Amino acid sequence: MKKKISKLPFRGTAEQERQLHEVIGKYKSDPSRLMTVMQEAQEIYGYLPIEVQQMIADGMNVPLEKVYGVATFYAQFALSPKGVYNVSVCLGTACYVKGAGDLFNKISEKLGIGADECTEDGRFSLTACRCIGACGLAPVLTVNNDVYGRLTVDDVDGILAKYND
Amino acid sequence: MEMINCKINGIAVSVPKGSTILEAARYAGVDIPTLCFLKDINEIGACRICVVETTGARGLVTACVYPVAEGMEVQTNSAKVQAARRTTLELILSTHDKKCLSCVRSNDCELQKMCRDYGVEMAEKYDGFRPTYELDLSTAHLVRDNNKCILCRRCVAACRQQFVSVIGANDRGIDTHIGTPFEKQLADVPCVSCGQCEVVCPTGALVEKDDTGKVWDALADKSKTVIVQTAPSIRATLGESFGMPIGTNVEGKMVAALRRLGFDKVFDTDFGADMTIVEEATEFVDRVKNGGVLPMITSCSPGWVKFAEYYYPDQLDHLSSCKSPQQMTGAIIKTYYAEKNGLDPKDIVVVSIMPCTAKKFEVGRDDQDAAGVADVDVALTTRELARMIKRAGLDFVNLPDEEFDNPLGDDTGAAVIFGATGGVMEAALRTANDVLTGKDNEALEFHEVRGTDSIKEATYNIAGMEVKVAAVSGIASANYVMSRIKDGTAPWHFVEIMCCPGGCVNGGGQPIQPASVRNFTDLKALRAKALYDQDEAMALRKSHQSPAVKMVYDEYLGSYGSHKAHEILHTSYTGRKKYN
Repeated sequence: MKKKISKLPFRGTAEQERQLHEVIGKYKSDPSRLMTVMQEAQEIYGYLPIEVQQMIADGMNVPLEKVYGVATFYAQFALSPKGVYNVSVCLGTACYVKGAGDLFNKISEKLGIGADECTEDGRFSLTACRCIGACGLAPVLTVNNDVYGRLTVDDVDGILAKYND
Repeated sequence: MEMINCKINGIAVSVPKGSTILEAARYAGVDIPTLCFLKDINEIGACRICVVETTGARGLVTACVYPVAEGMEVQTNSAKVQAARRTTLELILSTHDKKCLSCVRSNDCELQKMCRDYGVEMAEKYDGFRPTYELDLSTAHLVRDNNKCILCRRCVAACRQQFVSVIGANDRGIDTHIGTPFEKQLADVPCVSCGQCEVVCPTGALVEKDDTGKVWDALADKSKTVIVQTAPSIRATLGESFGMPIGTNVEGKMVAALRRLGFDKVFDTDFGADMTIVEEATEFVDRVKNGGVLPMITSCSPGWVKFAEYYYPDQLDHLSSCKSPQQMTGAIIKTYYAEKNGLDPKDIVVVSIMPCTAKKFEVGRDDQDAAGVADVDVALTTRELARMIKRAGLDFVNLPDEEFDNPLGDDTGAAVIFGATGGVMEAALRTANDVLTGKDNEALEFHEVRGTDSIKEATYNIAGMEVKVAAVSGIASANYVMSRIKDGTAPWHFVEIMCCPGGCVNGGGQPIQPASVRNFTDLKALRAKALYDQDEAMALRKSHQSPAVKMVYDEYLGSYGSHKAHEILHTSYTGRKKYN
């Protein structure tokens, strides 16, 4: 799947930048540690927007396109931030045959975002995951650490409403 | 040298140790097809077109990177090999936009040739998801059509060789495509417009933006005086587009063809090159005498200038303020020549034939409008001119040799060698030596700055002064020079920088030679030789001796570096943001 690039404004802090430069300082003599730096950067920022990738490229002395190429090749790197609430729908085999696909589409439609995207207000993001080991409850989804099981599309509105604080 | 004995299709050959099967096959007179392989640039063994059968390996191996071993027996064209190549071609075609009828690369497309050679049909054999991409038309010099891309990555390697690396492989699997960081338009990333990606592309995925329509329109407009100028290196390369051997000098036929296309005047950018030299040498002498910024760096190459503007915006005062020969020729046509002939500059269309895609960018730059209108209206590449000649039905190879028009068709040997790396430096040294010593010196050739090496350094004693020079080609080497300047360790007084490796003879606008030729031929050296041969045969070999240059200064500009010369022949530079 082609990765979606977030249009949300970058909200990085001076503290996050300090942390990133510390990481880069540790690894910059070894270009083969680019991915290590990217992983740690994602832990600091939650995702890898252009501002962060540019800092990594400059710090590691590699072209920005190289960083972007790696970021789009590996599924673990995100180009969109996670929302305050991350809705993760299990699309593993058991959940899928129990209608998780419809569930995913309904949430996508309701929030107006696709996979790995974040709503403009930064509240909700949506991801598809593989099995979370709760097949007995299929189909399942999680909202941050809350797990919801045995769902139908009619449950979607009620679940999302709980996070309207 | 240790030699390896092996057999290619039963033919015994002895090749140097370390040779690949692809190289060994050449000794046996066998051509193995390749797509992704470009010698020294892209050796990744990815496309699997060059697969062969060999003893000592279970499956098929990629000939482009597999070294030969003692006693090895290779089959390059067995049934198994042919079947594998055919399948690979079918899979490549399954996502290829097969618009061969109108594709500008039709007939010199490496994929098309291979499909023809292997009898692979254009029919849709494989159904399924086929990614489609929008064209990137954002730049003045390039059309990027990923629908025709076969992901060989030759362009990525060429862009990396040119240091900027603004394109690479993004995403993965069926979504893999060649793109820029964050899928930006090419105009919004620090692409220097060199076009090296275009000359290595095996298909029509990367082609120059075609401006021939503008030229046909101008030629048909009776109210316009359409004047063409041709860059020094074009005469050494245009013949390739008509099947002539690499390194054939076709100056006379080129002039004849341009006249038959209907241009009102056929002038020579060599004139502008000679102008550039006298202005640049004057500027250099002035900087040396008056404590100006050194090293001074040449500014003829718009790709190099654009690179400096992106990457070293705080060092731009090292660049000579001289316009490039293309722009100087255009500026003189629209000022001096227009006044002399009672023409309104607005009714003149100046078309330039350039080895270069960045020239398309340069014509649209700010501060390139001496007469209040653009100095040059349209910049065509060598390839576009070849297409115009073909469309006009001219039998190029059998055209008579004709001479450039007066007065801006005069040239010197100094101008001719502008097309090769080191040529501008050598031309400038010839003039600076005469100007500083005040006499007509014998030492015409500065061999240390010749040749295709990316960095050449020399020290010359000119009028009792030690002048340290460097001639540099390719952006990676340009970056090295700039980093030395930035950290204060640059030893040079005068540096020539050309954007493309080997200089303009290897420019991004030159005729395309397939990988099968590029991998085994030194294009740069063969093409440059045609220019140095012409220089040697010429009576006038110093720019300041050009009759046209003398006339323009006597009648119009006054002295070298005069106020008027500065207004017409000099320009300015601006820092650019890398990513927008």
